[in-house]
Amino acid sequence: MKINNNQLLRFTTAGSVDDGKSTLIGRLLFDSKSIFEDQLESVSATSERKGHDGVDLALFTDGLKDEREQGITIDVAYRYFTTPKRKFIIADTPGHIQYTRNMVTGASTANAAVILIDARHGVIEQTKRHSFIASLLNIPHLIVCVNKMDLVEYSEERFNEIIGQFEEFSSKLLVKDVRFIPISALLGDNVVNRSENMDWYQGGTLLNILETLHISSDINKIDARFPVQTVLRPQNDEHRDYRGYAGRVASGIYRVGDEVAVLPSGFTSRIKSINNGGDDIEEAYAPMSIAITLEDDIDVSRGDMIVKKNNQPEAEQEFDIMLCWLHNEPARPRAKYTVMHTTNEQRAMIKEVVYKIDINSYNRNTEDKDLTMNDISRVKVRTTRRLMLDSYRDNRNTGSIILIDENTNETVAAGMII
Amino acid sequence: MSKYYLNYLDELESEAIFILREVWAQFENPVILFSGGKDSIVVTHLAKKAYYPSKIPFALMHVDTGHNFPETIKFRDDLINNLGVKLIVGSVQESIDNGRVAEEKGKNATRNALQITTLLDAIEEHKVDCAIGGGRRDEEKARAKERFFSHRNDFGEWDPKNQRPELWNLLNGKHFEGEHFRAFPISNWTEMDVWNYIKRENINIPSLYFAHTRDVVFRNNSWIPVSQFLKLEEGEKIEKKKIRFRTLGDITITGGIESDADTLEKIVDEVSMMRKTERGDRSDDKRSETAMEDRKRQGYF
Repeated sequence: MKINNNQLLRFTTAGSVDDGKSTLIGRLLFDSKSIFEDQLESVSATSERKGHDGVDLALFTDGLKDEREQGITIDVAYRYFTTPKRKFIIADTPGHIQYTRNMVTGASTANAAVILIDARHGVIEQTKRHSFIASLLNIPHLIVCVNKMDLVEYSEERFNEIIGQFEEFSSKLLVKDVRFIPISALLGDNVVNRSENMDWYQGGTLLNILETLHISSDINKIDARFPVQTVLRPQNDEHRDYRGYAGRVASGIYRVGDEVAVLPSGFTSRIKSINNGGDDIEEAYAPMSIAITLEDDIDVSRGDMIVKKNNQPEAEQEFDIMLCWLHNEPARPRAKYTVMHTTNEQRAMIKEVVYKIDINSYNRNTEDKDLTMNDISRVKVRTTRRLMLDSYRDNRNTGSIILIDENTNETVAAGMII
Repeated sequence: MSKYYLNYLDELESEAIFILREVWAQFENPVILFSGGKDSIVVTHLAKKAYYPSKIPFALMHVDTGHNFPETIKFRDDLINNLGVKLIVGSVQESIDNGRVAEEKGKNATRNALQITTLLDAIEEHKVDCAIGGGRRDEEKARAKERFFSHRNDFGEWDPKNQRPELWNLLNGKHFEGEHFRAFPISNWTEMDVWNYIKRENINIPSLYFAHTRDVVFRNNSWIPVSQFLKLEEGEKIEKKKIRFRTLGDITITGGIESDADTLEKIVDEVSMMRKTERGDRSDDKRSETAMEDRKRQGYF
């Protein structure tokens, strides 16, 4: 494939063995010719040894020894395929409630989520759970695949019934763009190739939708945010006075000459130059990794944020977040954690658990205040110094945090600023 | 469509540079694990960009099995000169001489697994707290589970079932004394992306990747180069073939493919038509279904 201006689309899938998620991914890879002969041989051999009929497409997505032995996905696995239109990264996650944290992880960087519904069973708890996570993590596009249509005689009526069930509960969620596709992952209907069994369906195949989703407007281009990762100070004669602030544009657009403020100090200056891996450029936008120099000599270091003077985030020391607990050790009351927000780190304390959400029913529980693995709760956090925050809905990069246990260095929780 | 979006190669490049800068910001003494293969060459190229106009602010580390292609060593030394950075060499031969490891015996003996000890010794000796590698998730099923920042305990071991979750672009590199991290900036790249990037950036790579005429022996379904280490087995004969290598490992185990691709354009075209994975010609991965996972758990690249 030649170099071109194709975009990268990251999408997540969640599901268990029974709903055909692995088969669907296997089908996408297989029909888009992304599977190599030696992989096919290895999977065919395993299928035969296990006594499966034909090639078990699901085996393409299994990774670790334990997962292959037990036939389940435990962790997030990443898969790659390319078509003439786009490059894709699939974050393949398990679907069971005990792996909520893995689903949240996989969803955190996704542009789109593929939700699978078994046409025989319709909307079930798992559907609501996966849709909730997609909404919580603010995934802009939701593609609902009604799978196993071959087992309901490719019935349009059944398909419409399931759309109705979905729309009934999803009105409580905040997802901007939802599509429905009737498919059979096992037989290949409407995955890559158009189904001959459902001429009543006028929409695109799954691959066709993935290839054409409009994603470039999903990035926030209004609020310019540039978290400084490190300061580049070369020790050579040619660049003796160079002080470049290196980082990745989190959102918005920066141009040479822009009036900027450095937070938290609040000092202002103008952008003198923008460098992109050795080339000077006039403007930079998310998610470019660049180095910025300023007209004035002011103190800037890792953890600071360079923003436009007239558009600044909130500086807060106490704030509410939706928190997903990731670790098997529950939260300790009033324990101190390190909070990581963009490139900034502070110490933090969970002050209060406001409520916990039942992600199957969406009910709020204000009685149960424990934070244990996979819990999703609204909490109040207090930090030692102010953080420069945006709401997660407005800005995924400056609205997200993780908590790190100071005793173990483990990442124990992930949070989204409300 | 708005003009403010990156194409996929620019996005992958930007992600890799972000990760490299996080390494520099979060660790005291990182190194790039340099094998002379295309992936570590691409990582080095990205590091040059990440810290520009500073030179790469840390060393390259090469684990030298002693079973190298001579071309690889020449390429390595030229690159080091060019970049003006320090080179650390961990020698498997020394590990054998010091009795740290024993040479494998038998027909399919290689020094592949021996590298683990040499690598971990070099990491300890030079107090490296982050070793940056060119591993990609598309290479192998165990590598598909790798994090960008991957924790290693004080024995250098990887615990794939107990990894830190990585969300958004928040990378947690916190560690205790004696532990270290591996960082994988090109995790999300495929073989095709690497080649397209090499072509776009016109990155210098060893001549071994281009088609050339060489004395070879047909073994395990690929063309093994003749070298001082090769012992002919019964029925094997030396032939002259026009071949090139898709990956570079030890000269003893890296099989070439017959090819006429002698320019980057032709290589990119050839790779896009390939029906086998690039590691399909590496006998180190063929030992068992979980060969890579087993080695990685112990501390392999």
